[in-house]
Amino acid sequence: MSQDETPDTPPAPAGKAAKARPPLSRSRRQELRRKLLRTVLLTGGVVGAGLSGFLPLIYARKPRLRPPGALDEKDFLASCIKCGQCVQVCPVDAIKLADLVDGVGVGAPYIDARTQACDFSCDAVQCILACPTGSLTYTKPAFLDVRPGAPLAAKPILLAKENDPEPTLNLAERMGVARLTRPEMCLAIKGKGFKGPARGHTFRGKMRYMRIDRWKPVRIAEVRYEVAECDLCVRECPVKGAISIETVYAPDGSLRKSPVVHEPCVGCGVCEMICPTEPGSIEIVPREVWRT
Amino acid sequence: MKAILMRRFLEQILVMFGREPKKPEAIGEEAQKIHLLKRTTNKEKLQAAAAHAEAHMSTSHKWRNRRWVTLALVNLFFVFSFHYDIQILEGALTASRFIGFHLIDLNAALQVMLAHRNIITNLLIGTFTVLVLWMLFGGRSFCSWVCPYHLLAEWAEKIHLWLVREKLVTDAPVDRRLRTVFWIVFAFLAVATGYTVYEAISPTGIVSRALIYGPGLALLWVLALLVFEVFFSRRAWCRYACPIGLTYGVVGILSPLRIKYSLENCYHEGNCRKVCLVPHVLDTVIKGRAVHTEVPIGPDCTRCGLCVDVCPTGSLTYDVKGLSKLL
Repeated sequence: MSQDETPDTPPAPAGKAAKARPPLSRSRRQELRRKLLRTVLLTGGVVGAGLSGFLPLIYARKPRLRPPGALDEKDFLASCIKCGQCVQVCPVDAIKLADLVDGVGVGAPYIDARTQACDFSCDAVQCILACPTGSLTYTKPAFLDVRPGAPLAAKPILLAKENDPEPTLNLAERMGVARLTRPEMCLAIKGKGFKGPARGHTFRGKMRYMRIDRWKPVRIAEVRYEVAECDLCVRECPVKGAISIETVYAPDGSLRKSPVVHEPCVGCGVCEMICPTEPGSIEIVPREVWRT
Repeated sequence: MKAILMRRFLEQILVMFGREPKKPEAIGEEAQKIHLLKRTTNKEKLQAAAAHAEAHMSTSHKWRNRRWVTLALVNLFFVFSFHYDIQILEGALTASRFIGFHLIDLNAALQVMLAHRNIITNLLIGTFTVLVLWMLFGGRSFCSWVCPYHLLAEWAEKIHLWLVREKLVTDAPVDRRLRTVFWIVFAFLAVATGYTVYEAISPTGIVSRALIYGPGLALLWVLALLVFEVFFSRRAWCRYACPIGLTYGVVGILSPLRIKYSLENCYHEGNCRKVCLVPHVLDTVIKGRAVHTEVPIGPDCTRCGLCVDVCPTGSLTYDVKGLSKLL
């Protein structure tokens, strides 16, 4: 309060400044100097804290998988207002908000597909609908670049509503692309089957199973599989024609079966979530584009 | 016992047995002085002084309580709306939807607009709605009636003031022009870097999201700010740093809702300035400073009502421009 209690020095008339202003006492001068120092320190502190948000960017952290319809990373972070409305509409709680370690991305949404993937059980990419700033968008504004391979050749057909009058998802660009990152672990390649819940009894991830409930996602832990040859990634992929089991040449020239990802893959991450090996054999490469 | 009192003591025993009380024959010197004073002083003045003293004794928390309840309700509405999936108020304080209507925090909107340079219709609608809302309700009222950090800082301030009273810390004021500098710096950073830099450190956004979506490490920053305020500088963030406060302050310049000061009954004791977050707006209450009999308090006022509560004479009141004339 003390700064306000001190009597005002009336503004000195121009030209007579030296005459009008009495010299300051030593203690007052000292006080002013301290105040200036504090001000400078606080300025440095707050601006420093603000800029520290860039550290994670400088260290080039692993890129996050963003919700469907997200603009390219830089534009996404610029436009996201960090309100979490996308989090609130998601029926499977796939979207999380980033914490302090994400720097300027604090509060921006991401998806950890292995824990909980986006399975499009909302039918309509509702997170895009909820976004107030166009960070998640159906149609990218014209002035923004489109990375080659990011746009989908056609609107993806959602298998769950394949027989509906409008079977497609309103999604123009992919979130990423699935890649078989650990082929040596893949049960399909090994020719092995799988029995039991895909990710164990304690796994908390949810998914919509059309054969169980059209509208309500259920816990994956409650669903038992029994397959002679593992094809869970193909079986549960929500997008038509995105992945299939094919017979391919192994590096040693022999023929073997393997999951193969195709162009319609939107990078939703259901294959990554459902893959029963630990760690998962198939993963989404966030922001990846389709390369032929 | 004094002789005079001894005499009265004996007389009172006689009164008990039936004698009528009489006017005393002798009165002590000190008592005579007071009697004289009471005969000569204006009775009304004396009553007014007594009433004033009484008003000082009874501390009102009317506006503070109303404000705390409002602040808690608004923030809990966000929380419950999400947790119980009521879908009435979705989002966080930075941006939300109230029964479908977009509401977007002005400073967050500004950061996004500057960083992204693309303004979609929903963003515009939400920003405009909030702009009109706070123009009506007093700009910085957002700070004291809605911002969750304000409440935390208010509690931290109590600890700070206690420490100051105990002479364990001293308040270290900072130059208030700093807030304007920060506003410009963060606006510039948004344009220059293309990131909403301020949003990363905004305690309003961090606390709001922590309440709704669960706590995170970002709360450490908020904690650091509170510690700074408790031990070093009273209400430092709200007073010297927060660009949101300045944004809403500008919005409140033309607001009809403000605190009004009336000169007539004011004793210029300055209690209002002691409780105020922004005492510079109350310079008009200093003896000899009021330019008119009734002076509206300036736009940096958060309309928190602490001064209204503490004023023993009712010289500071909430006022809606034009409404009092209408009624």
